[in-house]
Amino acid sequence: MIKKPEHGMTVIVKTVTRYTDVLILMFGMYFIFNGHLTHGGGFVGGIIVALSFIHVMLAFGKEVALKRVTERIIKLCVGLGAISFLLIGIIGFTKGAFLYNFFRKPGVDYIGEPFSLFSSGIMPLMNVAICLAVASGFYAIFIALVVYKIGKRR
Amino acid sequence: MVEYFLCMVLFCLGLYAILIKRNLIKIIIGLAIMEYAMNLFFILLGYKKGATVPIFSSLTEPHPEVMVDPVAQAMVVANVVIGLAVTFILVIIAILIYEKYGTFDIRDVNKLKG
Amino acid sequence: MIQVRILLVMMIIGAAIAIGSTDLICAIVALGVVGLGISLIFLLLQAPDLAILQLVVEIMSLVIMIRAFGMKDTVNIRERRFIATSISVILMGFFLVFSMAAIFEIPRFGSPLMKTSLFYLRNGFRQTGVPNMVSAIILDYRSLDMLGQVVIAFSAAIGLVLIGRKKIHASTANRAEREQK
Repeated sequence: MIKKPEHGMTVIVKTVTRYTDVLILMFGMYFIFNGHLTHGGGFVGGIIVALSFIHVMLAFGKEVALKRVTERIIKLCVGLGAISFLLIGIIGFTKGAFLYNFFRKPGVDYIGEPFSLFSSGIMPLMNVAICLAVASGFYAIFIALVVYKIGKRR
Repeated sequence: MVEYFLCMVLFCLGLYAILIKRNLIKIIIGLAIMEYAMNLFFILLGYKKGATVPIFSSLTEPHPEVMVDPVAQAMVVANVVIGLAVTFILVIIAILIYEKYGTFDIRDVNKLKG
Repeated sequence: MIQVRILLVMMIIGAAIAIGSTDLICAIVALGVVGLGISLIFLLLQAPDLAILQLVVEIMSLVIMIRAFGMKDTVNIRERRFIATSISVILMGFFLVFSMAAIFEIPRFGSPLMKTSLFYLRNGFRQTGVPNMVSAIILDYRSLDMLGQVVIAFSAAIGLVLIGRKKIHASTANRAEREQK
């Protein structure tokens, strides 16, 4: 990627991007998976993940960024996030109501162990679904600005 | 009281930009400022003096009576992302208008062209 | 709180610069002052969830607005309309007067009405097992809101991709016609 000086920005920006981009992605993942314990949640994590992809696209140019993660995958992820949220809601019908927390046992407090990572039923799953929809949605908006050449005066 | 009044002044600045300005980008900026002022007003309404964040750190601490209002914060979480999506849609529509007419001036847009 | 007042005055100055300036880059960066000031106020008013969200949203909107508008020719549209300006200023004066009348009716700053939220705070941790009360409300008690939220993000992305694709089809069709001739 670094061998093509004609695409993207200078060598300094490309080298810094190669080391910092994974850290930004990991920070977003931390917000998603700890969204039910501390501050954060699906929205913040999703926007940070989208910003890490935008970071790659700004530094290396659109050909390099769209080589692995193509437009088709991004559109698939937008639909997958929305429909998995809906599916989690529909599974709640088996225990009584739409969007019901179906891990809850009647008469027992504190779904799962409090303050542990895998607790509180469907909320981490919902955070992951929200992250998929939000991250790929806003990245698709940025691609619509860059790739489709909107704004070039004919 | 002073905080509420300053928040209203911020809302009025956004309203001024929408009513007076003829540049499309200035109108989008005015809409964004109005949205910020509205979010801020929700949070100002939910603040309790001397209270802490609505997050439990152990099974008993802190007590529910010394926390700020969580319902206002939940509403604003929903509001911020809607505002971001609306701003992006407006930006792309403004760019399409620029592509068709060659200007951001709203007086030239109302010509029936093409 | 004196900190909130100082930050609000700074944000009002930033908003005035964003509206009045003739340079587009200057206007967009001054809008960033307003957003980051709101992020600090959220942190002071004990809402760290929103502080993080507002910071990230502001950075993303700054990137996209500069990408969209930064390269354009900034035609300065001169505005000298005394009648319209004075009418609008009078309207805003009316708005401020009526809003002051409304402000004296609502509860004072620092002592909110918390009838619904006290129920959530007392029972929420025991019923859901989530320590973060904001997460408990947006993902359990009011999760229909969140469904609408996801639908909005989805439809915004799909709609914008649709607009762009229509444009590119039109331009390629024109080029194909020209090559045929």
